[in-house]
Amino acid sequence: MTSLSDFTPNEMMTIAAARALSNDDVCFVGIGAPSAACNVARLTHAPDITLIYESGTIGTAPNVLPLSIGDGELCETAVTTVSVPEMFRYWLQGGRISIGFLGAAQLDRFGNINTTVIGDYHKPKVRLPGGGGAPEIASSCKEVFITMKQATRGMVDKIDFYTSFGHGDGGNHRERLGITTKGPTLLITDLAIWKPDPETKEFTVVSMHRGVTRDMVQETCGWTVRFSERLEETPPPTDLELTTLRELQARTEKAHGGKKGT
Amino acid sequence: MAKFQSLKEAVAENLREGDTVAFEGFTHLIPHAAAHEVIRQGIRDLTVIRMTPDIVYDQMIGMGLVKKVIFSYAGNPGVGLLRRMRDAIENAWPRAIETVEHSHAAMANAYEAGAAGLPCAVFRGYRGAGLKEVNPAIKSIVCPFTGEELAAVPAHRPDVAVIHAQKASRRGDVLVEGIIGVQKEAVLAAKRSVVTVEEIVEDFDDLHPNLCVLPHWTVTSIAQVPGGAHPSYTHGYYDRDNAAYLEWDKISADRDLFTAWMKENVLDQGPEVFAQRVKGLQA
Repeated sequence: MTSLSDFTPNEMMTIAAARALSNDDVCFVGIGAPSAACNVARLTHAPDITLIYESGTIGTAPNVLPLSIGDGELCETAVTTVSVPEMFRYWLQGGRISIGFLGAAQLDRFGNINTTVIGDYHKPKVRLPGGGGAPEIASSCKEVFITMKQATRGMVDKIDFYTSFGHGDGGNHRERLGITTKGPTLLITDLAIWKPDPETKEFTVVSMHRGVTRDMVQETCGWTVRFSERLEETPPPTDLELTTLRELQARTEKAHGGKKGT
Repeated sequence: MAKFQSLKEAVAENLREGDTVAFEGFTHLIPHAAAHEVIRQGIRDLTVIRMTPDIVYDQMIGMGLVKKVIFSYAGNPGVGLLRRMRDAIENAWPRAIETVEHSHAAMANAYEAGAAGLPCAVFRGYRGAGLKEVNPAIKSIVCPFTGEELAAVPAHRPDVAVIHAQKASRRGDVLVEGIIGVQKEAVLAAKRSVVTVEEIVEDFDDLHPNLCVLPHWTVTSIAQVPGGAHPSYTHGYYDRDNAAYLEWDKISADRDLFTAWMKENVLDQGPEVFAQRVKGLQA
C-alpha cells in the first residue's frame, strides 16, 4: 500500500505504462505520456532500458522530460545520435526496436489510430498534426503500446482516418496485409489496462485502476466495452514510483520555465 | 563552390518565385533567419518541403507565400497545432494551399533518394495506413527477388535547400553536429543550397574525422547569422527558447495579432536581430 494515496488518474496511467516496460526493451518513445512512462521505467525498475527518440538519439537518458523529440539534452545524454534517414531505415525498418509507444486523437477497439484529421480528409473539420513516424512505428516495432485518456470523443466506434494500423477489422487482418509484427498489445488509459482478445483482437479491459467502476470505463468509451472474466485491480503506485514521477516532472517544470514536458 | 554572401544576397540569388524549397532542421538548427529573409523578400508561390513544418512554415503560409506543402508532421513541437497552416487548410486564409502528406519514414527516404540521384525511394511502409488512399504519390513496387510488396515515393529534388549549421571554414566547408536530422540529404538532393552559420573559422583541422561535414563544393551560398536558428537551437551555442514556442501558440491563434507580429518582428527587422535574441540562452 502507498502512503501517497492521492495520486491522479494521469499519474496512475503513466506509472502503469512504465511497469509494462522491461530492462531489455528497446523503446521508440513519443512525446507526452509515453516519454514520462519510459523515463520513469528507466529511473525505477529498468535502468538499462534503451530509449530511442525519432530525432536520432539512441540510448538517451535525459534528466528532465524533453519538450520536443529533438531537445538538446536527448543528444547530450545519448550513446549515439544518428541521422533521421538512418533512424528510420536501419533502426526502425531494420526491426531493432521492441516497443513503439503511441498516443492517439482517435482510437478504435482494434487499436487503429487517427492523429491526422477529424472529418473528411479533403475537407477536414479539424486538421491534426498528422502521423510523423507513427505509420511505420505501428508496423515495424515488434509490438505497440498505446496510452490515452479515456473520452467518448477519442475512443470511438469508427475512426475518421487510419493514420496507423492496429489490428484493422480484427482477427488476422495484420497477417493478411503481410505485416509480421504483433501490433498493439497493450492499451493503458487513465482508468484501466486493456489487452487485445487473442482471437478477435478487440481490446478488453483486464485491470481497472483503484476506485474505477465498470460504468466509468463504459461512459468514457464510444464502443461497448468488453471486460475480462478475470478482471483485476491495478496495484496503486508505490511511493518510489510516485516520487520518481513527481520529481521528474518538477525537474522538467523548472528546466522549461514553468512548462511541463508532458 | 560555396560563396560567402550576406543573407539578403544569398536568398535573392538562390530563391525564385514558384521554386520548390526545403527548409530543414529536426527541432534543432531550424533556419529561422533565412525563412524571415524569404518573407521580407516576398518570394511567392513556393512549394515547401519539410518533415516537420513548424513555426517557419506557419509564418510563410500565414504571409501567403506558399502554394503547396509536402510534409509528414505539422505541429508546433511540444506545444500543439500549427494554427496558420490549419487556417489555410480549413478556411483558405490568406489563400488555399495544397498539401501532400507522407510519413516521416517516407520523407527521410525521399531525401536520401534525392541525394543519391535516384528517381524514387523504396521502403517497407504505409502498411494498412490511410495516407496511401489519399496521396497519389504513394505507390507500391514488388521486390524482384523476394516478391515482397514495398512502398515507393518520388525522390525529393528541391530547387533549393536552406539549412542552419554550427560552422563554416574559410574554404566554405560546413559542419553540422548534434541532432543532424536530414539536412545533409536535403542539401545533396537540392540543385542549390543556402546555409546560415553561427561562425566562420579558419579551418576544420582540429575536428573529429567522423563529423557531419558538407564539403564546400556541395554548398552554393553561406551567410553568417549568429543566432539564426532562434527560437530553435544550435547545439554548443544556445538552447531552445521554449517560451517563444509557447508564445507562438497565442500569436498564431489570431489573424490580426499574427499580422502585427510579423510586421514588427520580421518585415521591419533584419538578420542582425537574431544574435540579440539568443543572449541569455547560451548553452
